Formats: sequence, structure tokens, C-alpha cells
Amino acid sequence: MRRALAGFLHAFLVVSPSGLASESSPTLRELEGELMCPTCEGETLVESDAPAAERVRQLIRRMIAGGAAKSEIKGELERQFGPQILAAPARRGFDALAWLLPLVGIAASAVVIGLLAWRWSRAEPRPPAADPSRNGRPEPEPELERRLDEELARFD
Amino acid sequence: MAGRLRLTAQALSIALVAGLLGLLVWKIATDEKSPVPQAMKAGKTVPAPGFSFERLDRDGRLSLESLRGKVVVINFWASWCGPCKEEAPALEAAWRRHRNRGVVVVGVDVEDVASDARRFARENGLTYPLVHDGAGKTIERYGLTGLPETFFVRRDGKIVPKQVAGRIDEEELEEGIRLALST
Repeated sequence: MRRALAGFLHAFLVVSPSGLASESSPTLRELEGELMCPTCEGETLVESDAPAAERVRQLIRRMIAGGAAKSEIKGELERQFGPQILAAPARRGFDALAWLLPLVGIAASAVVIGLLAWRWSRAEPRPPAADPSRNGRPEPEPELERRLDEELARFD
Repeated sequence: MAGRLRLTAQALSIALVAGLLGLLVWKIATDEKSPVPQAMKAGKTVPAPGFSFERLDRDGRLSLESLRGKVVVINFWASWCGPCKEEAPALEAAWRRHRNRGVVVVGVDVEDVASDARRFARENGLTYPLVHDGAGKTIERYGLTGLPETFFVRRDGKIVPKQVAGRIDEEELEEGIRLALST
């Protein structure tokens, strides 16, 4: 079980299927969507026509032509521009928290929902509904009922 | 059982909110604003924000701290910036003219591809020290509003209240260097 979980996390954090497919032969198009324009606020390369974005695109083209793998291109750009050049947080170190925390949140929510469902399913049965003829008034105590019957009997 | 569960959930919620609040306070407390633009406006001097970056013109790093005792002309530029190309000859000329008087011109290449910056330096015959700030760390520290931008730092490490935003010419360079040397 533990090994399966570790395998899942490794696959999720390190080698996702799409990553494997494009790692050895990346395209400019896909990298443009995964990298930010260095001088623009919140724009990926694909969204930007800023001169700096064009320079980065040229560098990517040169590196692709030189046979660089996707991780090498992203690594080089991260080295030159810092981690903010990546559109998504890196799946390592502190940044991996951004990927792990949602998983932890989902797992915690599942546990809470499970516990609540278990609690509700084991809840004590409710007392029977009140007699509608009593108009919402509570059932009298047996002693009180006895005394009431006695008092009423005196009027008969 | 139910009471304990509720108590644990409440404690966790409070801890979560407190943690998020702590993060917010930490972010606000550490989010320092550059004093440079205010000082420039008010005509006051402030210590030049420090930096240490890899050099583009040779191996190794260059820090502003290592130039203490010299007048430093800090020029922020990038190879993709048109006016930076136009002002490059004036900066090179000022460097050659004043280098023996304890004046250093430092070009800080901001948010640029390092290989493009090296080619820019080669094509424009730049011989003064050049460093690479790819992540743009100096933008906030110096309150840059665009490129190019030039600052003059006195021998004591304080910025002269004369900043040139946009292309700098020889006259402005001479004026800035004179001010920095005279104080």
C-alpha cells in the first residue's frame, strides 16, 4: 500500500505521462504555454508579443534546434530568469507544496466526510413523533396524569 | 466521541486561519518598498541598494559593495531595448574618459537572455563591467519604471539625487558624474 502511494506520488510529481511524451522532443508551442514572459505581468510567452518574450522564444528555438530536452530548456531559463519564468511551480523543494497541498486537502476532506457519514449512520434513533392530537404539547408525566384523572373523576 | 471530534475540527480550523493570517502578516512585513524613488523626488540621498550578480563580460560575480570608494554609474539596460542601444556609445565614452579618476560604469542587464546581452555588448564595443540580473531583482530595489535608467552612486555608496529615466546623453552623464565626484 505504502509503495503504491509512493509510486503514485512519484508519477504525479516527477514524471507525468504528458511530461514523458514531450520531454525528449519539445515544441516551441508547448513551451510557450509553460513559460512566462519575463517583462509582462502574468502573461505566458504564448500570450505576449513583448520584445523580451520574443528573445526568450528565439533562445528556445535555438535550444530545440540544438537537440535540448524540455527539462534542459526550462532549467536553463530558470537559471537565467529565476523560478518566476515557470508558469507552474516546480515539482520539487518548497514549490512542491503547491502540488501536494491540494492533494492533502482532498484527502483531509474525504476523511472528514467519511467520519461524519459514519457518525450520522450510528446516530441514536429519534424519539417517536408527538401525538398530533396533543397539539404540540408534551406528554404529561405519569404521576401528573394520575392526579389529573383523580381530579376529573371528582367532577363526574 | 462527537464532542472530541468537533473540538478537534474547531482547533484545526482556528490553526488554519491563524496560519494564513500569519502568512499574510509575514508577507506584508517583508514586502519592502524601495526608498529610492521617494528620495529622488525629494532630492535626498539614500544608500544605493546592494546587488551581486554574475558578470557577462567575464567569469565571476560583481557586487556593488566591492566598488565602495569609487563613483559608480549604474545603467540598467537590456538587449531588446531600443534606447539602450542608442545610449551605449555615450556610456562607453564616459567609462573611457573617467575610469582613471575612480569612476566605474556598471551595466546591469535586466530580464534578458544572457547570450543576447553578450552579443549586444560585442556589437556595441562595450568594455565596462556588465552583470546579468535575469530575474529583475533590481527593478523593485531601485524602483525602476522602465529601461534604460541610470543612477549615480557616490564614493560613500549613496545615490546622487539625479536619476535619468530613458536614454541618457553625454551631457547628462557628465553632470551626474560631476555631482557624484563632488560630494
